[in-house]
Amino acid sequence: MWKIRILALVILFLATGLGFFVYLSETRPESNFRFSFGLDLSGGSHLVYRADTSTLNPRDVEDSMEALRDVIERRVNLFGVSEPLVQVEHGSILGSQRDRLIVELPGVSDVGEAVARIGETPLLEFKLLKNDIVFPEEAEVTAEELASFFEPTGLTGRLLKRAELQFGNGSHSGLSNEPIVLITFTDEGAKLFASITKENVGRVLAIFLDGVPLSNPVIQQEIIGGTAQISGGFTPEEARDLVRELNFGALPVPIELISTQTVGASLGSQAVESGVYAGMVGLLLVTLFLVVWYRLPGFVAVLSLGVYIIIMLTFFKLIPVTLTAAGIAGFILSIGMAVDANILIFERIRDELKRGATVSDAVEAGFKRAWLPIRDSNISSIITAGILFWFGTSLVEGFALTFGLGVLISMFTAITITKVFMRSVVWSDSGTMRFFFGSRFGTVKK
Amino acid sequence: MFVIQHHKFFFILTALLFLVSLGGIIGVGVPVGIDFKGGALLEISYPGERPEVSLLEERIRSLPIGGFSIRETGDTGYIIRTRALNEAEHQAILALLSQDEGLNPTEERFTTIGPVIGQELRNKALVAIVLVLLAIILFIAYAFRGVSEIVSSWKYGIVAVITLVHDIVIPSGAFVAYSMLTGAELDILFVMALLAILGYSVNDTIVIFDRVRENLKINQEQNVVSTFRETVGQSLSQTYVRSINTSLTTAFVLLMLFLLGGSAIEAFAFVLLVGVIAGTYSSLFFAAPLLVWIQGRKQ
Repeated sequence: MWKIRILALVILFLATGLGFFVYLSETRPESNFRFSFGLDLSGGSHLVYRADTSTLNPRDVEDSMEALRDVIERRVNLFGVSEPLVQVEHGSILGSQRDRLIVELPGVSDVGEAVARIGETPLLEFKLLKNDIVFPEEAEVTAEELASFFEPTGLTGRLLKRAELQFGNGSHSGLSNEPIVLITFTDEGAKLFASITKENVGRVLAIFLDGVPLSNPVIQQEIIGGTAQISGGFTPEEARDLVRELNFGALPVPIELISTQTVGASLGSQAVESGVYAGMVGLLLVTLFLVVWYRLPGFVAVLSLGVYIIIMLTFFKLIPVTLTAAGIAGFILSIGMAVDANILIFERIRDELKRGATVSDAVEAGFKRAWLPIRDSNISSIITAGILFWFGTSLVEGFALTFGLGVLISMFTAITITKVFMRSVVWSDSGTMRFFFGSRFGTVKK
Repeated sequence: MFVIQHHKFFFILTALLFLVSLGGIIGVGVPVGIDFKGGALLEISYPGERPEVSLLEERIRSLPIGGFSIRETGDTGYIIRTRALNEAEHQAILALLSQDEGLNPTEERFTTIGPVIGQELRNKALVAIVLVLLAIILFIAYAFRGVSEIVSSWKYGIVAVITLVHDIVIPSGAFVAYSMLTGAELDILFVMALLAILGYSVNDTIVIFDRVRENLKINQEQNVVSTFRETVGQSLSQTYVRSINTSLTTAFVLLMLFLLGGSAIEAFAFVLLVGVIAGTYSSLFFAAPLLVWIQGRKQ
């Protein structure tokens, strides 16, 4: 018996430790294990683009979508948002093929600017390094700082006639077969280019794409032919993509915005607060009910409910689960349902006591006999959660995940942890003990 | 058990509630939300007092975006619903709403869903509903597999399925009333709530039927003479505390979610709450008497 009591203490000790982890990792600003909240709770924008891949060869769709993702990701990264998400979603539902691009921008509620910047054509700029600045050797400066070292020349991709891919023959660059992007300007561009190169011999004329410098050649002499080379240490694929982007001005695949969702930060934090508040009050009611109705077993059930909640919160942090409003609702719902198994067990224990069993025999038999109904009653909820998870929109997934996880974990805690606690509180078969194991405001007499 | 004795009363009560709900669903219905048909929803809140609805209506009417609706939310906010908007139209509405001196509203949330996505979600929701129904019917079949003594297993199955229909119709009917009061729309959360109810409430029925089978077996083994009526009544009195208590704890947390959980999940919590109560009611006061009635008719 003492073994089981020590085990119960160990469980309580571990749970307290985990509880501290959950608490500390949330209050310490430098923690890596904070809850991650969905955009509906933290505020931000969720954009869904439809990519028109109908004109592409099916074999090229994958590559084109990846190229699209890279381009959009580069543009999104310029926003300076923390953890933006750009992902490709392939899928066919009921026969119709679809390719989507999903962009999530936490904290961005000005969706207008975001949409404009994602949808814009690539911006090619030629910029001169300011006179008094030494070109930074190390890549220690941010893109913004770097950009401030340069001054615009008025020469941009607008004045571009065409771009083509060439491979270096070794005379210009040290490497043979280095991919080079050859740019031909329009007449206006050629004139501007000639005058810039004439007046600024010896200075660095950097080539920027979407605000990021690609290469920093030094002007050797006036260039009058109206052509320029970009050799930025590309791989052949990168060079090919750049040529395509420059020529077509647009993205590798045309995209259309089909869904936008923006949530202001205040609405989200309000939702978290009220969810937590509702959960606390609900938990308090469940606790009161269990203790008043089931007495000692009820108290034990509350203890293991506490362990259950701590385990769930730890899982949310470690997996990590992105919490949405519906996800929090699913978790709170699972708190109510987690007790289900314990109630089944306690009713069985009561049956056994009525039949004249001793308290400790009744506890053992109660757990044994309640297992099948517990398993069965959880299966259908798990099936439902599984199908809902497949449903696949972020809103539903959030609910299905916390709910399904909750049903599974609560089944575990209700059976194993409650069992250890229950065994360790049975001291005797005395009248007092039977009173503590009674319920419904009565004692099951021998 | 009084439920079995007064089964007629419970049949009539159940039928009444069922018909009222069904009438509400068919006759009144619930407006379909933008999740399923596409459209836009804009929620704004004003720092101080909000301008009159008529003023905003007049301004928005000047835009070529077709029909729209404005509804008050909270103390200082509005929810505006329109067809799906592109970014330019979205900005145009925002500009119109911010015209008043010193009264710049905050955009609390903006959602626009193209008709394609709406259609897609509708299909997906239908598939999910069918899948869950199939899975649960299979589950019921599994739960009552190979039991042919005394009462054939398909009877348990049929009663369980009829009970499920009841458990879906009642919360849907309640949602019609809720929607008339609050303007709530049929959205993904509603479908999710219904599916969660399906998974949850089937258990109550199965637990009771399990007891019935167990008691039938015990009676047979011990040669106890007892009518089917009595056995079902006995099984009910053995399980009703468990049934009520488990749904009571779930109902507690759902009630709190409904009252305190915030506007985003209020409707969701409401449907679940009604569903959990209806599910427990139907297993105790409808499924068991129905089983007795079906069995009695054949004898």
